Amino acid sequence: MSTPPPSEPALPATVAVTIDGRRIDVPRTMPHPVTGAPAPTTMMQACELAGVRVPHYCYHPKLPVAGNCRMCLVEYGTPALGPDRKPLSNPDGTPKIRKAPNPVIACATPISPGIEIYTQTPGVKAAREAVLEFLLANHPLDCPICDQAGECQLQQYALEYGHAQSRFDEAKVHKPKQVDLGPRIMLDDERCILCSRCIRFTRDIVGDDALGFVRRGSHTALTHYPGRPFDNNYTLNTVDLCPVGALTSKDFRFRMRVWFLGETPSICPSCGTGCNMVIGARENVIYRLTPRSNDAVNQCWMCDAGRLNYSWIGRADRLAEVQVPGPAGSARKSGWKAALEALAARLGAAPRGSVALIASARLANEELFLLARIARALEALTDSIPRAGEGDRLLVHPDRNPNTRGAQLLGIAADPPGARLPAIAGAIREGRILTLLVFGEDVTRHGIGLDELDRLDLLVASDVLPNATTGRAHFLLPGAAFAEKSGTFTSARGRVQRFAPAVQPPGSARAEREFLRELASALTGEAFPDHASGLFDQMAREFAAFRGLTWAGLGAQGVALPANPP
Amino acid sequence: MKVKQQPLTLWERLYLPAVLEGFRVTARHFFRRKVTMQYPEEKWVVPEGYRGAPYLVRDPEGRIKCVSCQLCEFVCPPKAIRIVPPGPAPNPAAGRVEKAPLEFEIDMLRCIFCGYCQEACPEEAIFLMRDYSFTGLSRPEMIYPLDRLLELGGTHADSVWKWRNK
Repeated sequence: MSTPPPSEPALPATVAVTIDGRRIDVPRTMPHPVTGAPAPTTMMQACELAGVRVPHYCYHPKLPVAGNCRMCLVEYGTPALGPDRKPLSNPDGTPKIRKAPNPVIACATPISPGIEIYTQTPGVKAAREAVLEFLLANHPLDCPICDQAGECQLQQYALEYGHAQSRFDEAKVHKPKQVDLGPRIMLDDERCILCSRCIRFTRDIVGDDALGFVRRGSHTALTHYPGRPFDNNYTLNTVDLCPVGALTSKDFRFRMRVWFLGETPSICPSCGTGCNMVIGARENVIYRLTPRSNDAVNQCWMCDAGRLNYSWIGRADRLAEVQVPGPAGSARKSGWKAALEALAARLGAAPRGSVALIASARLANEELFLLARIARALEALTDSIPRAGEGDRLLVHPDRNPNTRGAQLLGIAADPPGARLPAIAGAIREGRILTLLVFGEDVTRHGIGLDELDRLDLLVASDVLPNATTGRAHFLLPGAAFAEKSGTFTSARGRVQRFAPAVQPPGSARAEREFLRELASALTGEAFPDHASGLFDQMAREFAAFRGLTWAGLGAQGVALPANPP
Repeated sequence: MKVKQQPLTLWERLYLPAVLEGFRVTARHFFRRKVTMQYPEEKWVVPEGYRGAPYLVRDPEGRIKCVSCQLCEFVCPPKAIRIVPPGPAPNPAAGRVEKAPLEFEIDMLRCIFCGYCQEACPEEAIFLMRDYSFTGLSRPEMIYPLDRLLELGGTHADSVWKWRNK
């Protein structure tokens, strides 16, 4: 029934419920997590809206409800009705509530007008303890070796509702351990509590019906489709979803205990989507990237490719020394101050119009802003390198650069990015461009070959890892990876999001922002703020596309660009 | 507050009686049983249950009991313990042992013998033993690696057999 007949009064949009004695109005329906169609609001959703925590394993706000872990049992009562179907009242005038005889699962029970939900009664507590005792009956004592320990819901609720001693005298059911589920996932069936979150995620969110339960009773086990590994690009989300340590990441397996990891909010630099994520690092080593919830961008998911794109940050061959031209075409190490002074003098002396600047669309907005100022001062021809791949319907964007939009809005990248590269290559061959600045790219793989680089009077390269361009550079400025600096990216859909440093760059390497600021000051005579927040605010004042945005206003979730800048 | 000093009595001012009293005490101890130990030539035998330096133990079948859970590293107040977990690569030589430390170091210069590691250990793999005195010629020498800790710790006779039925 899509529209009610006109004679019937429309149902009110909200329903009054009472949760643990507190009255709250909640929407009658809420969108279904997968289809988006309105579905009746459940007790669990009402409790979440009221800020009341109900323990659960199988329920997840972004997945369809399964209702099989039974941990979210609550008691409830409904308004009592008389024989005339009219609500009865207590002597003091309050509506009479008739308590239901048995507890119900909050995740799958819809609310009704006037319902009262009790989450803290002795009966509820006893029900939770009983459910947990059954879940722990066959659970192995693996916590010391389990990667989930420390962020395990079973540990958490065992602490709150568990018994110190097991009453289970029987032999535990042993199931397969160390099951190779796919290239990135390791399964331990003994730890699995059969919540089916992973099955629902890969079936309903990814659309790859790869996982399922086999066998019966206490021998039920999770497995993948026979002969087909669980290898879609979103498998590692099941590791986050798994409330226990059954599904673990092969990449993170046995590498570090989670309580040692410092957590830094960041943005994934692997494509234009700009998934929000958390960098887990300890003592300057990154151990894992996990998604951070942002309903405007990535819900709470992240692709496997993005998650595993961090090992290069700790590589031993990182550029860590500043190099300046030495005697007779050689390169020698230098300090930053001397190198930037010499470089500013060389650039200042370069004839206007003889300079080209190629800046990666992997740089932050603030860095591209400073580069745009340098390019304006030198009247340089600028562009970025396009990096196209295959997109998908969920998160992966065809543009593999995280900040192409920002590079275009700041006037660095052409539209489409890379359109000016042939012109720059041609101008170098013709000798019109004698100075080339390359930031964060290897131009020899993008149409400007070693022959062209050899024709240049001055090649300035800044990068994180060595490549053919940095090998030919006269001035080499070691930069920092995204996890080593703060800044903002503008996603392909026009959302400006902040990231923060989690680790330190190696050796003399510095965040590009820091040395570009000094270089830009030397070339333009202006003073620039020495931190990303000040630079962002200045950029937002000067560039119409970012007008009205402030660093502080971006917050943890980012802000969409103003649609029609004045 | 000002403390008023009592003036010395005549007996005290005579000085010699106090000296003789001192001699008397010395002479009394001179003929008693000696309690001073000629350390380090003579070593103290620690009593049973003494808690000195922490070492790692093996189970009766010779397997490393430590599973590299790093709880001792976390709890250690002077941060004397350093563990490198094994990482994801499977180790066929380890047999049934799913997880064991790649490296395990205790800096004996830092260790204060507090016993928190033994208390935190869920696997009964680390015990405070009877050694209390450490000497070395360099700092690196005083950082005991995994094999040395296991050698010093020996075997712990217990009934847990964690890896036997895995």
